[in-house]
Amino acid sequence: MSKLKVVVVGNGMVGHHFVDQMIQSEINAEITVIGGETRPAYDRVHLSEVFAGKQPKDLYLTSREFYSDNGVEAHFGDPVADINRSEKRVITENGQSFEYDKLVLATGSYPFVPPIEGSDRDECLTYRTIDDLAEIKANAEDSKIGVVVGGGLLGLECANAVQNLGLETHVVEFAPGLMGVQLDEGGSKMLRRKIEALGVKVHTQKATTLINENGSTKLRMNFADDTHLDTDMIVFSAGIRPYDQLAKKADLEVGARGGIVVDYHCRTSDSDIYAIGECALFGNMIYGLVAPGYRMAEVAVNQLSDAEEKTSFKGADMSTKLKLLGVDVGSIGDAHGKSANSIGYTFSDEREEIYKRIIVSGDGKTLLGAVLVGDCSDYDTLLQYFLNGIELPEKPENMILPATDGSSAPTLGVSALPMAATICSCHNVSKGDIVASIDGGCCSLGDVKCETKAASGCGGCAALLKNVVDDEMEARGLTVDKSICEHFPHTREELYHMIRVGEIKSFTDLIHKHGKGLGCEICKPAVANILASTWNDHVLEDNHVGLQDTNDTFLANMQKDGTYSVVPRVPGGEIKPKQLIAIGQVGEQYGLYTKITGGQRVDLFGARLNQLPDIWKQLIDAGLETGHAYAKSLRTVKSCVGSTWCRYGVQDSVGTAIDIENRYKGLRSPHKIKMAVSGCTRECAEAQCKDVGIIATENGWNMYVCGNGGMKPRHADLFATDLTTETLIKYIDRFLMFYIKTADRLQRTSVWMGNLEGGLDYLKEVIIADSLGIAEELEQQMAHIISTYQCEWKTAIEDTEKLKRFRQFVNSKEEDANVIFVQERGQIRPANEDEKNERNAQTA
Amino acid sequence: MSINQIICDKNDLIENSGVAAMVDGEQIAIFYLPTTEKKIFAISNWDPIGKANILSRGIVGDYEGKIVVSSPLYKQHFDLESGLCLEDEKAPVRTYSVSLKNDKVVMA
Ligand code: SRM
Ligand SMILES: Cc1cc2nc3c(=O)[nH]c(=O)nc-3n(C[C@H](O)[C@H](O)[C@H](O)COP(=O)(O)OP(=O)(O)OC[C@H]3O[C@@H](n4cnc5c(N)ncnc54)[C@H](O)[C@@H]3O)c2cc1C
Ligand code: SF4
Ligand code: FES
Repeated sequence: MSKLKVVVVGNGMVGHHFVDQMIQSEINAEITVIGGETRPAYDRVHLSEVFAGKQPKDLYLTSREFYSDNGVEAHFGDPVADINRSEKRVITENGQSFEYDKLVLATGSYPFVPPIEGSDRDECLTYRTIDDLAEIKANAEDSKIGVVVGGGLLGLECANAVQNLGLETHVVEFAPGLMGVQLDEGGSKMLRRKIEALGVKVHTQKATTLINENGSTKLRMNFADDTHLDTDMIVFSAGIRPYDQLAKKADLEVGARGGIVVDYHCRTSDSDIYAIGECALFGNMIYGLVAPGYRMAEVAVNQLSDAEEKTSFKGADMSTKLKLLGVDVGSIGDAHGKSANSIGYTFSDEREEIYKRIIVSGDGKTLLGAVLVGDCSDYDTLLQYFLNGIELPEKPENMILPATDGSSAPTLGVSALPMAATICSCHNVSKGDIVASIDGGCCSLGDVKCETKAASGCGGCAALLKNVVDDEMEARGLTVDKSICEHFPHTREELYHMIRVGEIKSFTDLIHKHGKGLGCEICKPAVANILASTWNDHVLEDNHVGLQDTNDTFLANMQKDGTYSVVPRVPGGEIKPKQLIAIGQVGEQYGLYTKITGGQRVDLFGARLNQLPDIWKQLIDAGLETGHAYAKSLRTVKSCVGSTWCRYGVQDSVGTAIDIENRYKGLRSPHKIKMAVSGCTRECAEAQCKDVGIIATENGWNMYVCGNGGMKPRHADLFATDLTTETLIKYIDRFLMFYIKTADRLQRTSVWMGNLEGGLDYLKEVIIADSLGIAEELEQQMAHIISTYQCEWKTAIEDTEKLKRFRQFVNSKEEDANVIFVQERGQIRPANEDEKNERNAQTA
Repeated sequence: MSINQIICDKNDLIENSGVAAMVDGEQIAIFYLPTTEKKIFAISNWDPIGKANILSRGIVGDYEGKIVVSSPLYKQHFDLESGLCLEDEKAPVRTYSVSLKNDKVVMA
């Protein structure tokens, strides 16, 4: 069967989602993507975060490589100019031409700039693309005052950005109130009050008639009521208009006020052309949110497949919850109470600056809409009542009234939600999907997130998701027994606490006081690890040695044949030729297999147990130290060459990596910790896949946390920006100690954060704002570990008692006859079964 | 392997852990758990699943009432009294009787 030729015009969020879904489907198609912007799709929803320190590339949703790896032909920066429907081809501005069997228009929309005289001046900008951001930033540099035209959702978000840039910020709105679409009058007023308190000046009912030059500032806005406002730059955010010119030219049906008309299969008036996302008009409505766009994309993919079950787009709920300039705002359904016979209940508290209103049906049974300003804690519950038509309690007003008799507001038990209830609208995850993932083996919040993707979009559903997961776990009697093993009825965190507070220094003491039995391979290493993170004794002390995993016991990693590997520390990857030579000599003398690791250092394999002390003696004499490759502790701090040599470097990444590696070396932790430091945003050290990643900026360091490679790779999250080296170190101290204190055993930082209630924001509060008041304590605990560091190998080779442990046999100097090597590419490797059998046959 | 054959000194053993010894060409793993009734246990050092001589280097403990060592390679549990592998009945290891006499470890 010949491949279906599918051409996609526009590579925004929805266009990309369509392509992604096509790739994942079984449809045998040849996909061509034509994007008008010069870069592949990125996350527009989080655009503002670039003002708070994110790099544009943090927003990317895909890449040219991803497309080419998946057989998608992609062209960027050359928009489509015409559709020739009779020949079924599209033609770009530069004259490229592409044939299609099916065409998908995902051209999105553009900011509406009112036709005001002077609105085409250089200082008049819009806010929708990464390029717009760069222009706003550049203009802000020599500006003092910034005006945003438009007091809607996007306008206020833009005002936040302008304020972040340090400008005196004004919002100019034509209508009487802010966010008129989502809020009623009362809510709008409360929002204004709160925003003004934050220093943003709001001007409503202002119609701009002329923008001209002015003496002291760059611009003057003149309003219809003869007043004016002086400013240096203006950002228009006065609504969006669908990009439907292409469709119009091609005689497709478009709405009176714009938008390409589609049916519930997302088909336009030409059955071979689909329109999805913000350019599509469905039921006389443009859906200016990404979730409905994603649903349209999925419907279109379903149309192109030969799936028997056809899905359709049925409109979408436009309820939203957001934080605008730090103010919580929520809007559900019929916020204005326009439904016939509806009843409204309002609660307004001007001291606390909270406004809540619900609209219920005439019989008081169903929730039709709600407005929340200043406190969105009821949003999740209200939304579920609304979406699922759940019958309201007898006195609906209690839903929003603060409790007077000490009882809390009737939150909706998540068990009451139907299976079809949408929990995460970004990724279209229903309660049923979550239940299925738990039935399928997920047993923690982190697992469910990984499996279903829920809460990995805007993050708004995180709290609700947690409730559903907890509830389901409980319902299955899976009241997830968090005991570490049969010997201790406690979690790792509890054991940590007992050890620290009870000043317990040995496993024997701990199990006497708080456990039972002999212990096992789960609790022993975990306790040994906590003892080391807390008191930092040598791990081979008599009362610790039996607790360690084999790798810690022999300060080396056991290989498949029972031999060991040797990894000296190479802080930051910087190494003197002399030390390299010393490593080489040891390798040669003991005939070890030598390899450069993925962690910027050298690994020597094939050492027999009894050879380890001699090998380490030589390495230590050459100035090397143990690399802790065997321990749950800091592994490596990778670095790039940085500003000392590299023409792009803006800070000394090597120096910082070395300092950091030396600071935290030997620190035992719940799982291994990896870090990296890059000298500029090119990120050659791959810091964003580390537990702690550090990237140099012109002004200092950006800190990323909780990334990893490995089985489930996860990009690190931006944690703080433009830090001085001193603050950076402080934050890392606190971050690591907090992790050590609260994580589960063998939980990498990423999974740990996934399970922390409140996630990244909570972590920021604890580490940066010191919300728990423990920052100083954490720093002191870290200082103790740092000051008690010892090279474990150096101590071991100086202690004959400890060295006894490294005998192959306690009663013989024989060697293990099962350790047999063969040569490969000029070095040794363990013989496989066949090779061993062959050799045994020869000697027999 | 004769009865009362001396293998090593008591202070060659490591409390709550194991060591390896070579006895008549056979590698045996000897574990010293002073708080248990039997105190000293010996099984073959060969891990039939990991296929290496390393059982002496595993962590000892109890698992559902049985005294076990967990293989340092792939973590299966071997019962120190019966030699049975708790995860795989087809992979038992040989056991040896050893005891402590006058601070010496001897074949019993
Ligand atoms: C030697 C090395 C591979 C190499 O030849 O390059 C290696 C070898 C081992 N890795 Fe690794 N990893 C090595 C770099 C990595 C990297 C790359 C990196 O660090 O940049 C990763 C992915 C990055 C990450 O961890 O985020 C990596 C992800 C893993 C994982 C999966 C971790 C995860 O969270 O999913 C394991 C398994 C584990 O730790 O539970 C693992 C475990 C292991 C163990 C310890 C397995 C074992 O228990 O025997 C290997 C033995 C090391 C030895 O004998 O010395 N290794 N391992 C690398 C040593 C780096 C070093 O200098 O210390
Ligand atoms: C600052 C900001 C904040 C937002 N916040 C939220 C939010 O919190 N929640 C939410 O749900 N939504 C939010 N949105 C809206 C959301 O970003 C959009 O709903 C979504 O991006 C729509 O996706 P789309 O693919 O339809 O359009 P777009 O993402 O606009 O993509 C369309 C693409 O098509 C390209 N194109 C246009 N014409 C052509 C042509 N002729 N040839 C080739 N390419 C063409 C455009 O250049 C563009 O790259 C926000 C938007 C902005 C700007
Ligand atoms: S990250 Fe930047 S400074 Fe470091 S090597 Fe790469 S380009 Fe150079
Ligand atoms: S609703 Fe946005 S991530 Fe779930």
